[in-house]
Amino acid sequence: MSSAASKSQHTTRGRPRLYTNYRSEMAIFNTGAKRLWIVIGFVALVVLPFFLARDLVALGATVFIFSIGGIGLNLLTGYAGQVSLAQAFFLGVGAYTAAVLGGESRGDVIGLGWDMAIWLPLAGLVPAVVAAIIAPLAARVRGLYLAILTLGLVFIGEHIFKELKPITGGAGVGRAPAEPVFLGFNLFENRDVGGIEIDRFTMLYFTCLVIFVVMALLARNFTRSRFGRSFAAVRDRDIAAEVMGVSLLRTKTLAFAISAFYAGIAGALLSIIIGRISPETWNFFLSIDFLAVIFIGGLATITGSIMGAVFVVLLPKLVNSLTGFLPIDPGVGQGGLLNVFELQSIIFGVLIIVFLILEPRGLYGLWLRVRNYFKAWPFSY
Amino acid sequence: MGELLSSLIRGLGIGGVYAMLGVSFVIIYRATGVVNFATPALMILGAFFTGYFGVSIGLPFVISVILAMIVLAAIGMLSERVALRPMVGRPAFSAATVTVGLFIVLLIIAGRLLGSELLTVNDPFGLNTLEFLGARVFTVDIARLIVGLLAIGLVGLFLTRSRTGLAMRATAFDQETSLAQGINVGRMFGLSWGISGAMAALAGAMLVAGTSGVETTFALVALKALPVIILGGLDSIKGSVVAGLIIGIAESLTRTYQPLYAPWLGANFDVIVPYIIMIVVLMIRPYGLYGTKEVVRV
Repeated sequence: MSSAASKSQHTTRGRPRLYTNYRSEMAIFNTGAKRLWIVIGFVALVVLPFFLARDLVALGATVFIFSIGGIGLNLLTGYAGQVSLAQAFFLGVGAYTAAVLGGESRGDVIGLGWDMAIWLPLAGLVPAVVAAIIAPLAARVRGLYLAILTLGLVFIGEHIFKELKPITGGAGVGRAPAEPVFLGFNLFENRDVGGIEIDRFTMLYFTCLVIFVVMALLARNFTRSRFGRSFAAVRDRDIAAEVMGVSLLRTKTLAFAISAFYAGIAGALLSIIIGRISPETWNFFLSIDFLAVIFIGGLATITGSIMGAVFVVLLPKLVNSLTGFLPIDPGVGQGGLLNVFELQSIIFGVLIIVFLILEPRGLYGLWLRVRNYFKAWPFSY
Repeated sequence: MGELLSSLIRGLGIGGVYAMLGVSFVIIYRATGVVNFATPALMILGAFFTGYFGVSIGLPFVISVILAMIVLAAIGMLSERVALRPMVGRPAFSAATVTVGLFIVLLIIAGRLLGSELLTVNDPFGLNTLEFLGARVFTVDIARLIVGLLAIGLVGLFLTRSRTGLAMRATAFDQETSLAQGINVGRMFGLSWGISGAMAALAGAMLVAGTSGVETTFALVALKALPVIILGGLDSIKGSVVAGLIIGIAESLTRTYQPLYAPWLGANFDVIVPYIIMIVVLMIRPYGLYGTKEVVRV
């Protein structure tokens, strides 16, 4: 892709949007500006943790994790049009798969202590298989019925998690997550690389960054493939898609499985950041967080999912730092007008409403407006 | 026998609450084609206002319930006007997601209003029991069933017999034609949200009656109305009643007998029984018992 793109770039210098072949038009980063900014952005992300406090580094890693989960949900909801509230359930399945395979055995809780090279792919594959088993049921219903069905899945899943004590530790108790030891190399330990101190949260940050970049590129690539187009066809008019020869069952199953794969990976990584996971973690409200990621970020865009994840994860931090200026309680108490937790939840709720009403394309849509404004500068259009 | 009967009555009682919540969903779905995920929050707010009028101001239970219903009808209409009206003509799932946002906002407001103290609704039932065919049953369960059936009956009468009800049904049937016939469609949307909010408030008051007080976790109880409307059919009021009672009884019987006969299913299994029923129904009969079968066209 890049060699063909750069060649055409060379022959049409100064006219970056003039494509002389199909490959360069279909390239993931089809303009020079995108390529430049991706490189700058990546370098910034690599350098960033060395300038941030430790809790912010952990928050950065959480952003990557939410991006992965958000991209998964966006493939399902944004691209394939299947509204799902079950994302939290698949995150949980991934987290417990990882914990069983890669965690330690302690008391009654099972843990095999395998390497991350084994548990990480399986943490995605197991939820994907579970989703593929459930998907034929889900493929029978559409729209709001599906949303309600997946809501049921979250509650049933939470119950199962609470009851499977050898795997999850049981309600209120929980268990330790998987150990991120990759090929014998612990990725959650303070390291000394070439004289530079790297603390364990920074290590985890880089781990999540690498996984995130790989999975985001895969998703971006997937959406412009044959399957990605079949997703969009099912979303836009499922019957028309079926008439054209797109199998609804196969497409929806694929969408659910891929979405669950992303959710599983996100769940496994999230459990490491949380440190100790209880069955109550994977509840209805976590699913709403992921809905917020894609609806605030922008439906059917990978970039939008990332923007949404940044927003959703960093909002509590932002709200926290605003406590000095607003009549709100910095704790979880009853002082002030609202406490921090309540304020951030309310902001989520209001923003979901505001974005859906005013800018259905989300933060990504806002960015498009800004970009198009300056593209035509100094003319208004 | 006594155990079976008292557990059946308890199921009918909670089923009455589910039926009211189900109707609250159905009214909005019929009028606007949206499943209102904010209903649980409306219900909690309804319970709060009942408690507020009953305990803080000291009004009798019946009056405080009616006032709470009026307040919630207003909140429902306001929500519709502010958040849902701009979504007319947009995909149903976008509008449904707006109600998820509304749910979060209203639930936080309810939690803040409730505060940390337990608020009762000052109901006359309490933990009173009475003898019924040799079984001890809670008065509140019988009250829930009767109030639920009466309220739903009134709504049904309003929809079928009154001029406005006819207009509402016409709007549900075809919005553009209703507009052409001089019906104020926007007002019908508002009205359906108002009725729905009032129903939710009544359900909330009856749910909290006989318990120790209002908690925001009751919102999860209200979500069980979703299995109810799936079983009954998204657009059928009759379906809501029948399905509400079925789900209530199924849940209550499970709570009584599952720990004895199937303990391996785990503690609190009854909480997820409605969802299991719902999934089975979606597999066999996706449009529910009385729902309109969806006609698929290219």
